[in-house]
Amino acid sequence: MEMFGDSSWLYMYMPIAGVTIFWPGLVLIGFSVGVIGGFFGMGGAWMVTPGLNILGFPMAFAIGTDIAHIAGKSMVSTMRHSKFGNVDYKLGIVMIIGTMFGIEIGAQLIMYLERLGTVGTVVRWVYVVFLALISFMVFYDYYKAVNKKKHGEADGERGTEGITWYKTLHKIRIPPMMHFEKAGFTCSAWLPIIVSFVTGILAGFLGIGGGLLRMPALIYLIGCPTHIAVGTDLFEVMISGLYGAFTYTLKGRIELVAVFVMLTGAAIGAQIGTVATKYAKGYGIRIAFGIAVLCCMVSIILKEYGFAMMSAALILGTISLICIYIMKIMFVGAAQELREKKARG
Amino acid sequence: MRKLLKIGAMLSGLLALIPQLALAAGEKADELIVVADTRVLNNSVMLYFADLYNTNILLFAIWAVVLTALYGVFLGVTMDFIMARTGLDLSKRKIVEH
Repeated sequence: MEMFGDSSWLYMYMPIAGVTIFWPGLVLIGFSVGVIGGFFGMGGAWMVTPGLNILGFPMAFAIGTDIAHIAGKSMVSTMRHSKFGNVDYKLGIVMIIGTMFGIEIGAQLIMYLERLGTVGTVVRWVYVVFLALISFMVFYDYYKAVNKKKHGEADGERGTEGITWYKTLHKIRIPPMMHFEKAGFTCSAWLPIIVSFVTGILAGFLGIGGGLLRMPALIYLIGCPTHIAVGTDLFEVMISGLYGAFTYTLKGRIELVAVFVMLTGAAIGAQIGTVATKYAKGYGIRIAFGIAVLCCMVSIILKEYGFAMMSAALILGTISLICIYIMKIMFVGAAQELREKKARG
Repeated sequence: MRKLLKIGAMLSGLLALIPQLALAAGEKADELIVVADTRVLNNSVMLYFADLYNTNILLFAIWAVVLTALYGVFLGVTMDFIMARTGLDLSKRKIVEH
């Protein structure tokens, strides 16, 4: 009974940051981002930072802690997606080349611009424009696909698709040509390299992990089925996250205890998010992703105009709703599968 | 699993050749110098890591990455063990776009 009166056990001392944090809050953030990241195939750093801020986590440690936790979480999700056959390692490795050079150039570009003057606002507005473009693309794709379906048009074995830019890009046959077995297409190796290079530059320039840009690029430009795009992107997030964790730790910007606490929640969340993709339709994932991107965009606009609390509330509200939506898909799908299994004897 | 670890190790080595791949955010905090307060720590493990943070940041960074990766693998394997007991088929799925 003593335990219920004294709530000190709910708080944990962070030895490096020197603050005491409500640890169930860290587990909850980890869990939510694990669910969403496993379902959408992204790191989700933009979701973690406001949550950490509200818990009273020092912002100097937020980014490094965030990246290290994302690397560990993506590892758990990649392992699960890999068993489903959702990770095209060959494509992931080819894209890593473009991504790492792209992020390096993007980071150098932003440092150069910073030397010239304040670029914070410019970066935020570029980010907003790209998020607007991505969400427009996702919803336009859905609208087009629904219209085509109504008219009975189909695009081969994948069924009806809205945006099929990848088909045009696959016609470019500059050697070496590569076949990606899991993703199920053959294209010039330059296509994934150039796409990942460009998304890498943008990620480096915007100071984000890049999952938010890479996931739609994998679908619309490279031609991955949605599930393969999610798994392959998580593989990339894992690799770049581990390196990011190393460099941020060298700068002293990490709180290892918080990483482990968040990772524990994220491991459970990642299972739910990843298994939910088994029961979700590709377009369901795309639409939910579009909504998440749209909310991210609105939150940045709110922050830009000084409504920081409203921005954090919007992000946390979006996380909660999307999390509930994904958990519903997972539990309903799993219950259905178990019922069918039982009926078969 | 072994394939994943092998690829992970190979790519980490490759990435280590390229400096500053990490995200561009957070440069402004570079100017800060943070020192962990070891006077208030009683736990020997915490004390070791806080001390390492203050004295040898490179070794601390290596520990941070290795421990994060190991904990990630441990959690992945543990969750795999638990999920395998739910009765769900976690080895295959159908790709349905609509």
